[in-house]
Amino acid sequence: MTGQSASYAIRAEKLSRRFGDTLAVQDLDLEVETGRIYGFLGPNGCGKTTTIRMLTGLLQPSNGRVEVLGCNLPEDAEKLRLQIGYMTQKFSLYDDLTIEENLKFIAHIYGLTARARKQRIEELLSIYGLQEKSKQFAGSMSGGQRQRLSLAAATLHKPKLLFLDEPTSAVDPENRREFWEQLFDLSDQGTSILVSTHYMDEAERCHKLAILENGIKRADGSPDELMQQMGSRVVEISSSELRSLKQTLIALPEIISAAQLGARLRVLVKDSVDDPIGFLSQQPSVKPEDQLNLVRPSLEDVFVTCTGVRADSGRQQS
Amino acid sequence: MNPFVRVSAIATKELLQLKRDKMTFGMIVMIPLIQLLLFGFAINTNVRHLPVGVVDYSHSGLSRVLIQTIEATQVVTFTRHFTNLPEAEQAIASAEVRAVLIIPSDVSQRLVRNPSVGLGSPPASDAETSRPVAQWLVDGSDTIIAGAIKGLRRMPLVELLDKPANRQTPTFEVTLLYNPEQRTVVNIVPGLAAVILTMTMIMFTSAAIVRERERGNMEMLITTPVRPIELMIGKILPYIFIGAIQVVIILGLGFLLFNVPVNGSLLQLALATLLFITASLTLGLIISTIAKSQLQSMQMTIFVLLPSILLSGFMFPYEGMPLAAQYIAEALPATHFMRLIRGVVLKDVEIINMAPDIYWLGLFTLGGLAVASIRFKKRLD
Repeated sequence: MTGQSASYAIRAEKLSRRFGDTLAVQDLDLEVETGRIYGFLGPNGCGKTTTIRMLTGLLQPSNGRVEVLGCNLPEDAEKLRLQIGYMTQKFSLYDDLTIEENLKFIAHIYGLTARARKQRIEELLSIYGLQEKSKQFAGSMSGGQRQRLSLAAATLHKPKLLFLDEPTSAVDPENRREFWEQLFDLSDQGTSILVSTHYMDEAERCHKLAILENGIKRADGSPDELMQQMGSRVVEISSSELRSLKQTLIALPEIISAAQLGARLRVLVKDSVDDPIGFLSQQPSVKPEDQLNLVRPSLEDVFVTCTGVRADSGRQQS
Repeated sequence: MNPFVRVSAIATKELLQLKRDKMTFGMIVMIPLIQLLLFGFAINTNVRHLPVGVVDYSHSGLSRVLIQTIEATQVVTFTRHFTNLPEAEQAIASAEVRAVLIIPSDVSQRLVRNPSVGLGSPPASDAETSRPVAQWLVDGSDTIIAGAIKGLRRMPLVELLDKPANRQTPTFEVTLLYNPEQRTVVNIVPGLAAVILTMTMIMFTSAAIVRERERGNMEMLITTPVRPIELMIGKILPYIFIGAIQVVIILGLGFLLFNVPVNGSLLQLALATLLFITASLTLGLIISTIAKSQLQSMQMTIFVLLPSILLSGFMFPYEGMPLAAQYIAEALPATHFMRLIRGVVLKDVEIINMAPDIYWLGLFTLGGLAVASIRFKKRLD
């Protein structure tokens, strides 16, 4: 590719992957800038993990071309391994080894010298607050500790590019916030990060993100851009009979979705309607005493507009 | 980067995991110990004290002496007396007795004229004199038992009549080398070393790769820079020492408990054993790259283990098998090691004189490592 590629950690063109008859990823174009945090937002089964596996050289693309850190995949997959870190969705370190032994194994296999190994492991234990637990078996740790250990292992060899596949799915909100602080620290030190998630609040923290659905990229850009360029506007209605109001509004072709939030109904109206407040007030189901307000869109609204489904549908948590 | 570093990383990790697995760790010592004690004492192809019955139609003092003389050989023990033949056949069918001796009413006339008693030598053509003394009815389904009773056919009967021996000069003289007392255990102990090693070595590594996959560690392992061949060698190394420990236990106990000495050179024994251990471990690795689960790898281990026990010459002589079975046996590492270890331990053979067996084990290891490494893909598709 061109010399310009130096500023991109990842560039993919028309990336596709087929499993039997199903297309898990379809014609995905991707550009991830060096030193940034890039997010994949999408529901389960939308192709996030498959894409990450193709970008790390673990899966061969059925079609398309990938360049990661200047390496063409899949030919240069082995060369790439030393420069990337990958934190898998499921915990993939050894349950029957202690935290310290797990890190020692990783340090050993990446060829660190005995002295460097010791120093780096101590450093990581202190960064991720695992010093006191270092003799504890990985299998007996909490979700948050496992996640910190996984991140420590994935960053042990100081990779230039870090892949994180739903890193916070088994972690409570407080640990999640801490985890993101650590990601920003890594990003600040120049590490490029690609993270997949189905949490809106996490996606909002990314510098840039792509919204995936059924293996297709529906939109990409920074969270602000996405919210500004969204093809709809958001109206919140306060009313006494929200359930029946929702049913009648959702049947209208101009309405993308209507979701109840406590005592309010959040309605997405297509951009083709010039005056959303006026349009809604004329609806017979909206009573004169109901309050209508135009509000700032959220990332969730972007997601719903792009895909027609909520990101966390089908998920029990969140 | 140094490939030895990555091999040692894998080997260190394997040892740590093995140390954590107390059950497996215990089995390393217990399998050879228990199996050796069990089979060392239990397996015996010299048949003794078979339970047999008798149908005595003569009811004479002579028939009772005949029975005592037969019992004195220790081959059989008379446990039942039957009054008629159908009753006796029933007892054979229900495995109450293995054989029945039928003593005819004219046993004394037959005995007097029998040539083995040695009262003169009547002409052989005389039908009257060439009649046997009595008849054995044998459960012929078990060939070893049938053979033991058949061995009684030419039993001398001189003591019966208190006459001096009239030994015939044998056609052949037989000199038994290496195991003159014909103790079964002498052959069993080195053979058992081969069987136990086959079992434990294949079992250890057959689970090695598939376990990483089942426990979800594979995705992490293949993103590291480790190469397939480094992973394979790292997985094998710790078990070589374990195999060596097991051989020492088996041959050591064989010497202490069963007095089976190691006649050959220990160095040559160690070399042959090392080759066999690595060959068995690579066989396990190949299984591990084929199996999709630990259960499957266990089934495939048994699939290899049974022919290794039955065709390798451990139980039955290799030469007695049909050609096709011999080819299968030749492919198994256990067959070659069976020859090597029996050769070195019992006969003090230089292994250089058994070069084909050594070559096969070496080639098997190298070929197996190559196959396992090629089969192992650092990809998920």
